[in-house]
Amino acid sequence: MEATLSIESLRVEYPSHNLGEGTKVAVNGLTLRVGQGEVFGFLGPNGAGKTSTMNVLLGFVPPTSGTAHIFGVDVREPIARQRIGYLPELTYYYKFLTAEELLRFYAGIFGIPTAETERRIDAVLKLVELDHARQRQIKTYSKGMQQRVGLAQALINNPDLLILDEPTSGLDPIGRMKVREIIQRLKDEGKTVFFSSHELGEVETSCDRVAILHQGELKTEGRVSDLLREHGTNLEQIFLKLIGYSPQP
Amino acid sequence: MNTVWSLAKVVVVEMVRRKDFYVLFILTVLLTVTAGSVNLFNDRSIVRYLKEICLLLIWVSGLIIAITCTARQIPAERESRTIFPLLAKPVTRGQFLLGKFLGCWLATGLALLLFYTFFGLMSAAREHHWPVLNYLQAAWLHWLMLGIVISFTLLGSIVFATPSSNGTICLVCSASILLLGRHLNKVALGLAEPLQSILYGVYFILPHIEWFDVRELIIHDASLIPWDKVALATLYAAAYAGFFLWAAWLAFRRRPLN
Repeated sequence: MEATLSIESLRVEYPSHNLGEGTKVAVNGLTLRVGQGEVFGFLGPNGAGKTSTMNVLLGFVPPTSGTAHIFGVDVREPIARQRIGYLPELTYYYKFLTAEELLRFYAGIFGIPTAETERRIDAVLKLVELDHARQRQIKTYSKGMQQRVGLAQALINNPDLLILDEPTSGLDPIGRMKVREIIQRLKDEGKTVFFSSHELGEVETSCDRVAILHQGELKTEGRVSDLLREHGTNLEQIFLKLIGYSPQP
Repeated sequence: MNTVWSLAKVVVVEMVRRKDFYVLFILTVLLTVTAGSVNLFNDRSIVRYLKEICLLLIWVSGLIIAITCTARQIPAERESRTIFPLLAKPVTRGQFLLGKFLGCWLATGLALLLFYTFFGLMSAAREHHWPVLNYLQAAWLHWLMLGIVISFTLLGSIVFATPSSNGTICLVCSASILLLGRHLNKVALGLAEPLQSILYGVYFILPHIEWFDVRELIIHDASLIPWDKVALATLYAAAYAGFFLWAAWLAFRRRPLN
């Protein structure tokens, strides 16, 4: 299978804020490959290195060592981001713009022609069910609507790879279900989805494969069905076991 | 260029939809109209004082609009986290800075257009003539000066922690240069070494934004500034704005976003 996303021996270090301490290792020797059309869950407790890895993939942070490629292009090249869509966690989009204006702005960045822009705006707003609120300023949106407008901006360039950081964070059960449905529809269209989440039940139902990261290191990686069979329990228990969590007696 | 233009348009829309610009404009109109309604000592030259007051208000408002609009751009992008989806698109940090600069400069230009149109109407109503070229030169030089201010405020928004500290520092620096910049070399003459050389150095390094203040040109209906000098001033402003933007890019290009 062709790798849409590949990470080789990735190491990310940050200078420590405390005097006397050297550097903090956020990711240590991570190697991953995500194939075309896969829904890939990137899991780990807080501070495991998930966001640092995503920051490298998106070009926000240069890797200390190792490489990362998207569609075979080094992630340090801005062109690597031409075919990706990114939904960050808890973002408050330009509140003085309407959803339509926001999407037109992002489409302008991709250099999408005007007629095509309008067609895509219609399509993505229908997909995220914000068609009725397209001409309202974003400051009037609820949290769930803001998350869905975020999803719409991630889809405006019709990306082949979607990177979603906690896409259901802060959403109510209906909002979560809608996001799950959208991910499923994107998978059906052959898109690759790479997402981080703490909702392990959701990951179990949505993902083809998962990777579990702990303290910057990869603990396991594989097909969800294989992991479930191998450990004979659900994903949450596997996760807790791999990160070394033992409940207090 | 598409990217830079798209970013700039959002900044302009933001200024148009915010209230602070309208507050400053209405304040300027009210103060000028109030001053114009007073007929002190039957002085026929009162219109010159009126023009002076109005232009001073336009200069102060221009500085405030340029600095506050620019100072909040990058911190607001970080705070609302919109910088992440933006830079996750094929946008370089250089394009991001250029877009912000262009947007703030265009937004300030639109504000100046409105202010100078009001000024022109107000003085034409009193003096019954409208020296359009004088206004054009004064407004163009004013806008160029604000271009320099916007570029160093953008640099400040990367260096300083908060928009308020950046805004205050940039406002104080701009006002100081406008008021004292032209006198620094004379002050240096009266100092002992090494202070004299240091102050001379500062005099030659500082962007002399006070050179762009040609309010006298329209207050006293003076003859036009030679166009070659206007062209030189344009180059001077472009060089300083370019330098500050380059410095901002150097500071921003490898800075972690979170």
